[in-house]
Amino acid sequence: MSLIVLLLLPFIGSCLAAVLPHNARNTESLLAGVVALIGTLQVALLYPQIADGGVIREEFFWLPSLGLNFVLRMDGFAWLFSLLVLGIGTLVSLYARYYMSPEDPVPRFFAFFLAFMGAMLGLVISGNLIQIVFFWELTSLFSFLLIGYWHHRADARRGAYMALMVTGAGGLCLLAGVMLLGHVVGSYDLDKVLAAGELIRAHALYPILLPLILIGALSKSAQFPFHFWLPHAMAAPTPVSAYLHSATMVKAGVFLLARLWPSLSGSEEWFYIVGGAGACTLLLGAYCAMFQNDLKGLLAYSTISHLGLITLLLGLNSPLAAVAAVFHILNHATFKASLFMAAGIIDHESGTRDIRKLSGLIRLIPFTATLAMVASASMAGVPLLNGFLSKEMFFAETVFISATAWIEMSLPVIATIAGTFSVAYSLRFTVDVFFGPTATDLPHTPHEPPRWMRAPVELLVFTCLLVGIFPSQVVGPLLAAAALPVVGTLPEYSLAIWHGWNAPMIMSLVAMSGGILLYLLLRKQLKRGRFKYPPIVGHFNGKRMFERSLVVMMRLARRIERRISTKRLQSQLFLLVVAAVLAGLIPMLHSSLSWGDRPKIPGSIVFVTLWLLAIACALGAAWQAKYHRLAALTMVSVCGLMTCVTFVWFSAPDLALTQLVVEVVTTVLILLGLRWLPRRIEEVSPLLGTLRKARVRRLRDLLLSALVGGGMALLSYAMLTRQTPNDISSFYLSRALPEGGGSNVVNVMLVDFRGFDTLGEITVLAVVALTVFALLRRFRPPKESMQLPAQQRLLAPDVVTDLVNPRHASDTALGFMMVPAVLVRLLLPIAMVVSFYLFMRGHNQPGGGFVAGLVMSVAFILQYMVAGTQWVEAQMSLRPARWMGTGLLFATVTGLGAMAVGYPFLTTHTWHFELPIIGDIHIASALFFDVGVYAVVVGSTLLILTALAHQSVRGHKPSSQPKPVVQQGAAV
Amino acid sequence: MEEVIAIAIGVLAASGVWLLLRPRTFQVVMGLCLLSYGVNLFIFSMGSLFIGKEPIIKDGVPQDLLHYTDPLPQALVLTAIVISFAMTALFLVVLLASRGLTGTDHVDGREPKE
Repeated sequence: MSLIVLLLLPFIGSCLAAVLPHNARNTESLLAGVVALIGTLQVALLYPQIADGGVIREEFFWLPSLGLNFVLRMDGFAWLFSLLVLGIGTLVSLYARYYMSPEDPVPRFFAFFLAFMGAMLGLVISGNLIQIVFFWELTSLFSFLLIGYWHHRADARRGAYMALMVTGAGGLCLLAGVMLLGHVVGSYDLDKVLAAGELIRAHALYPILLPLILIGALSKSAQFPFHFWLPHAMAAPTPVSAYLHSATMVKAGVFLLARLWPSLSGSEEWFYIVGGAGACTLLLGAYCAMFQNDLKGLLAYSTISHLGLITLLLGLNSPLAAVAAVFHILNHATFKASLFMAAGIIDHESGTRDIRKLSGLIRLIPFTATLAMVASASMAGVPLLNGFLSKEMFFAETVFISATAWIEMSLPVIATIAGTFSVAYSLRFTVDVFFGPTATDLPHTPHEPPRWMRAPVELLVFTCLLVGIFPSQVVGPLLAAAALPVVGTLPEYSLAIWHGWNAPMIMSLVAMSGGILLYLLLRKQLKRGRFKYPPIVGHFNGKRMFERSLVVMMRLARRIERRISTKRLQSQLFLLVVAAVLAGLIPMLHSSLSWGDRPKIPGSIVFVTLWLLAIACALGAAWQAKYHRLAALTMVSVCGLMTCVTFVWFSAPDLALTQLVVEVVTTVLILLGLRWLPRRIEEVSPLLGTLRKARVRRLRDLLLSALVGGGMALLSYAMLTRQTPNDISSFYLSRALPEGGGSNVVNVMLVDFRGFDTLGEITVLAVVALTVFALLRRFRPPKESMQLPAQQRLLAPDVVTDLVNPRHASDTALGFMMVPAVLVRLLLPIAMVVSFYLFMRGHNQPGGGFVAGLVMSVAFILQYMVAGTQWVEAQMSLRPARWMGTGLLFATVTGLGAMAVGYPFLTTHTWHFELPIIGDIHIASALFFDVGVYAVVVGSTLLILTALAHQSVRGHKPSSQPKPVVQQGAAV
Repeated sequence: MEEVIAIAIGVLAASGVWLLLRPRTFQVVMGLCLLSYGVNLFIFSMGSLFIGKEPIIKDGVPQDLLHYTDPLPQALVLTAIVISFAMTALFLVVLLASRGLTGTDHVDGREPKE
């Protein structure tokens, strides 16, 4: 199995898991378990290939022009991590089967779980920096979704949010750092980066890129000062905590530190930042863990502390320490995952995680208790367990480090104190919970969990023991293979249990006895619940500080936003137009505006007169649009018609046809909308100040519009008087007939040369139609517009007249224009023929799908207008959405057809036939494309117009109709 | 003739921009209509104006820009006409929805407080 298949497997599993039924706990868990198990076995089988520093590498083209490839790369270190991710993943899937309750929506859980597994796997086997950041952010996202799995709980939502904010922001810093790193090295390829350590450390950008990358890594691994998110992430289901927040995701930070160790470490900065953060976290985490009353809280702080230990080891700039770090990553994953699972079992069985309530559980769940005790002994660093070995290595490193005096002095002390704390909290976890009098006030009486819920814990604890007793046989070669890529050349070390009476051993003994003493001192007070927060540091509440800084940031952002931006559309548009004018002026800096010497077109008095009229209308519309809407609409239409005449005049028949029909449709549309607008009667503003302000604004707008208009006029005059050498257009002219198979060049361009553009355009049209439909479905017209027109309201109820709409008619069109209605019905077939004619001639003569479609829809709309919505819809079943769907499908399939026979998308093909009677026929595939265009245009125009027209029907429902205002019997 | 076209484009654009900056939604829709006429004509005029030289290939006429008018701006404008229709429709409906929701036809969805 190649690496890519290995990587895709969890994601495929995730998709499958998402579609399984709601209560399929067994199937889900089986699926996740099998996916993880196959992955584990596969990774295990890869061991020979990476054992002696070998690297498996797979490369796929991604963005070769930018030198970016999708690289999968597995060396010993990545191998170890893959094994952890998939192996512990297998165990957690089994555990989760029993942990999740039947009511929980398991598809969501396992889908996210598997997707996370894939993301984590992708992170560790990425061979490219950008790719690492991508998977890094994916793990943050899936962690967010998993922490917030029980999203009905506020603490889960808040914890998820906090984790995402911290790790996501860290990820952004990481991205910035990685970009700089790639810039320094000249490549994002991991192999090149790892080989360029000297270059990177000597580079001027090193002091900038290092902190950025470290912020990313430290925030992910919950290192001081970003440690506060991890305890809140414990709101996640316990399998998630066991997997993400102990064994895998939080290890991503230390993974990255170790991964980039060859290229970044070895400098003063690295030592102080990484080592400092690690030492602080080590102490702080262990200290806080002692005072936790929640089992998972204790484990969370202990995880923080152990991650601090690993970080500190990596920060020491010594190869031996780095080996110890790799070893501790492995050991911590095994004992902490088992402890989390044990805590989950206790919670599951007894209904509480409060250490103060739990007591004497060894008599109720002896087997689980024994397992948990062995694991916590490993956590405390008791000999013959794996935790002891890496802790000894750590102690040895702190003793033998050569640095400035105060560091040499303080490091062993810090290490011993942290060891003391860890013994104390491990005792708290075991003695308080499992010994003492049997608790009686628990929500449930605990029993041993199902056989297979305990199995993962057993396996992990067994590993702890095995590694602890036979270290060099069990884990020796494995550790060597994993640590080799990190340190380059392996230093001398021995994995023996007994190294004689040396300094580390003495430190261990001091820590053991000190820890027991400390535990005995604190025990009573803790049991009584005297410490709500850890003393001293408890006052610095990371969560509160985080939330406060968020509030401050939001407030600041809002203030800035209020200051530099506006919500008023008028000001925004003004600025936009000003910007456009300025952009138009920029070219003028280099060359002045000048006229060309193109021969002028002979003038025509008719044309000039017509345009003078249209210009007057444009100005009139601008003047009157506020108070006289109908008049303004009419005047705008005059401009539209004049535009149409201009198209005809200057050899653009296609444009003229389209403009004409669009003009009709637009006018109908706006007329339909007019009645929903509020009445506006001209009045003088009462306040003088307001009036003056308005006048200033108007003057300003007037100047700007004059500027725009003048600029446009000058620009177009300059263009019109110049020769326009245009090479592109002659290409279209000469190819239209031989290659496009049509003599109407504009139409050939639309359906053939620029077919993709047209496809986009009809898609936009369809989207607009659907948006209009959706917006109007929820539209509730204002009350005043729903009333009958004033003339009808003033009519006495008993007056019989066919000139006005009968008051209780269901449709607005009823009772009007009976004779035209009949005549217009006859028009429909004629319009169909015209539409068909325009469509068919489109390729060679003016016409085409657009015009034909618009003509057809105008014919339908005419029916609506004269016969009424309900009559039309009772007689014909027009389904605009289907027209649109069919049209889009037709156009796309035509385009894909070309691809199917090996041409680029939307290539036209032409066929020639000899038919009896009709004669020579040739059909271009562009015709089918045009059918699609036609259908979409008909469908969307109809949908838009009928959606508006339906509002009138809705407004006129008899129930919503107001009573006539005139009293019965009043004179008319 | 060139002068007339240029002035017409200028006036259409100026009236359009003026209406665009007005406070009532109907004015803005009308302004967009006028502005799109102006812009369409502007793009169309980029292809040099000719009388009686439709870009429809006829037998025996050489296929070059001396004998036919430029088809490229025409194809662009044809697309633009349809898109501006869609835009007008969308704005009109947004206008109506905003009027129904807020009870006013001011572009900001509320009457200015003065």
